[in-house]
Amino acid sequence: MPENVNATSCNDVSLPRRAALLGGAATALTAPAVFGQPTTNIRCGFWDHWVPAGNDALRRLCAQWGERNRATVGVDFITSVGNQNLLTIAAQAQSRSGHDILSFPAWEPASHARMLVNVDDVMGRLTAKYGAVTPAAEYLGKQDGRWVAIPAVSGTQMKPACVRIDLMQQHAGIDIRAMWPAENRAGPGADTWNWETFAVAAEKCNRAGFAFGLPMGSFTDAVDWVGALFASYGANVMDERGGITVRGNAKLRAAVEMCVRIARQLPNDVWAWDDASNNRALISGRSALVFNPPSAWVSARRDQPAVGAQCWTVPVPSGPEGRFVGYLPYFWGIWNFSRVQGPAKELLEFLSDRASAEVQTNTSAGYDIPPFLSMNDFPVWSNEGPPVGTVFNYPIKAHHNARTSVAFAPAPPAMAVQAYNQALNTKLIARIAQANETVDQALGWLERELNTIRRGG
Amino acid sequence: MPDSMTAAVSAPRGPESGAGGGLRRLARRRSTIAFLMTLPLICVIVGLVAYPAAYAVYLSTLNRRMDGFAGLLQFEILVDNETFWLVVWQSCLFAISAVLAKALIGFWLAHMLHHIPTKGQRKWRGMLLIPWVIPPALSTLGWWWMYDPTYSSLNWILAIFAVPAVPWLGEPWWARISVIMVNVWYGAPFFMIMYLAALKSVPEQLYEAAAIDGATSWQRLRHITLPMMQNIISITVLFSLIVTFANYDIVRVLTNGGPRDLTHVFATYAFQVGILSGNIPRGAAVSLFMLPALAVFAYFILRGVNRRNREMA
Repeated sequence: MPENVNATSCNDVSLPRRAALLGGAATALTAPAVFGQPTTNIRCGFWDHWVPAGNDALRRLCAQWGERNRATVGVDFITSVGNQNLLTIAAQAQSRSGHDILSFPAWEPASHARMLVNVDDVMGRLTAKYGAVTPAAEYLGKQDGRWVAIPAVSGTQMKPACVRIDLMQQHAGIDIRAMWPAENRAGPGADTWNWETFAVAAEKCNRAGFAFGLPMGSFTDAVDWVGALFASYGANVMDERGGITVRGNAKLRAAVEMCVRIARQLPNDVWAWDDASNNRALISGRSALVFNPPSAWVSARRDQPAVGAQCWTVPVPSGPEGRFVGYLPYFWGIWNFSRVQGPAKELLEFLSDRASAEVQTNTSAGYDIPPFLSMNDFPVWSNEGPPVGTVFNYPIKAHHNARTSVAFAPAPPAMAVQAYNQALNTKLIARIAQANETVDQALGWLERELNTIRRGG
Repeated sequence: MPDSMTAAVSAPRGPESGAGGGLRRLARRRSTIAFLMTLPLICVIVGLVAYPAAYAVYLSTLNRRMDGFAGLLQFEILVDNETFWLVVWQSCLFAISAVLAKALIGFWLAHMLHHIPTKGQRKWRGMLLIPWVIPPALSTLGWWWMYDPTYSSLNWILAIFAVPAVPWLGEPWWARISVIMVNVWYGAPFFMIMYLAALKSVPEQLYEAAAIDGATSWQRLRHITLPMMQNIISITVLFSLIVTFANYDIVRVLTNGGPRDLTHVFATYAFQVGILSGNIPRGAAVSLFMLPALAVFAYFILRGVNRRNREMA
């Protein structure tokens, strides 16, 4: 029995080596508890931020929370390039294993509502402290009367207008900076900033060779700005119960006609633009306006400083039913197969508090928008530049009289997500403006597509 | 193995020879050994082919929430949907035209290469294979840049000749042609290398005999080359058709199915419906839709190959 011999000679006790190893392993496992070391492991899969430093903010915050709470927080960053995050979510939902906390893009909490832990308690405490969340976040994150995920700070964006100050002044005669100064007030002419004014400006800038860079394809930037325009006309295509409201809808027809009018003033390839095409249009100096978060301006500041210095973010034009801005949030959700649901909730509550939210927003140069309207006053939006104050109007301010919009709301999310991802609103416009169908023909097609979606439930 | 079999049968039964002897006999059988040797392959096929396929069939029979059996509902909905028929038509157009173009270009390239002296042939062969060895997602990104209407090299060249900029990916027919062109660029080298191998296997004596009989080059091609290459052409076309029908990355990178769904193929539409729109059963139904058509096509092609093999034997 050489094992016994070895064990004896090493430890001076009569203990087999295997038993000694097992005993050592057991001691090692219990040691952390004895000495107050981490006992909880939380695995997080966060969205891999466009802004590289954005990941560092979350990593630091998680480490900080872990130290305070004797927990080990493992953080993975999952890219949305190639829809890797969607594939990860689908795979984890199917296998019922993976991370404890995951970042869910806009529509995913609704899709996986039954597999997500109820976070009403966390949201209750957060709203008690910070007030209401923006309504679009509630539409996406609250399903069947319960919060299934927490609206995240990291990755959440809005899509107001990023305007070239010089080109707008020169070709459309609009002093956009005076109209929307970096102050908590509207400037002269702000009340005329509506879709009619916008369409006229689009025509003038197009004639001057600086067409607005508005995508009309099937990616989110396209669907979101058209969705915001539709919302500002009160043009819903489906009601809350999934009833189709296309036929005889005068508001929808008015919105479509306005959108077609604008689309005719855009470059002839916008039908195939992706979410980067509008950024390129702005950065290259060929476009007078895009609807985008500050990432377009940040890239322009880096690659084309002269262009970046002329960019100014302003609210989206208003329509007959008000002013709406495209909103594309992320959510933090906890899988119901997680074994650390309590600590995971605590971590998410920590990441959502004002101080943590400000860290995330600051690190992303103001890109990340907190879901709580009371947090839209972080100094970063006033201080970023050049020009200083360029993103002051990026988050919704009281004087904007604006609301967030999600295309195809208020349709039930299970149906709206299909219409959204199939870009039915931009295809509707394309059928008229590109394929020369009549408005009635195009609306008939839309109704049939919505019927198909509804039929599948 | 008859001796050992006899020995095993005729050996006297000891106290342990019941189950143990049976196992030994089973292990000595040729079929058992063959089965054991193919077991790894069977495991791979079951795990990576049969199971995913069966799971896809199962998924396609569920309702959208995946909590109830819906029979053929997903297929019924697809059949009633005009966008889906657009996808069917587009997939056929994409696959058939791309495979035809690849076969013709590959055939022509193979002939050109075959007639280059052996010394220089390797160099050309290597160069012509480059499109096929670059990962398609990467090379498609290069094409995407070239097709960009505002900043691309293609339109820059056209501008030199005062030709107006072409919206390569924004106008439906240009977009269709563009995705087909990239697929042909990527896949033609595969046909070329297969046809070149087939050409090299045609006995030179047949051409010599034909030359003595006064056959023209067209007659040599028609009566010698093509019949001798028929099997490889059939199998290559079949293989390429299946791969092209299932293509995803080219359309996804270049157009994402746009404009107005006019470049969607089965795979991109299935991804859009299944993963992006959260309707996995319908996405599975879309991806399964091409299976019967391809299976029938494969059956006839392979039957032709077998028949010709029997005739040649």
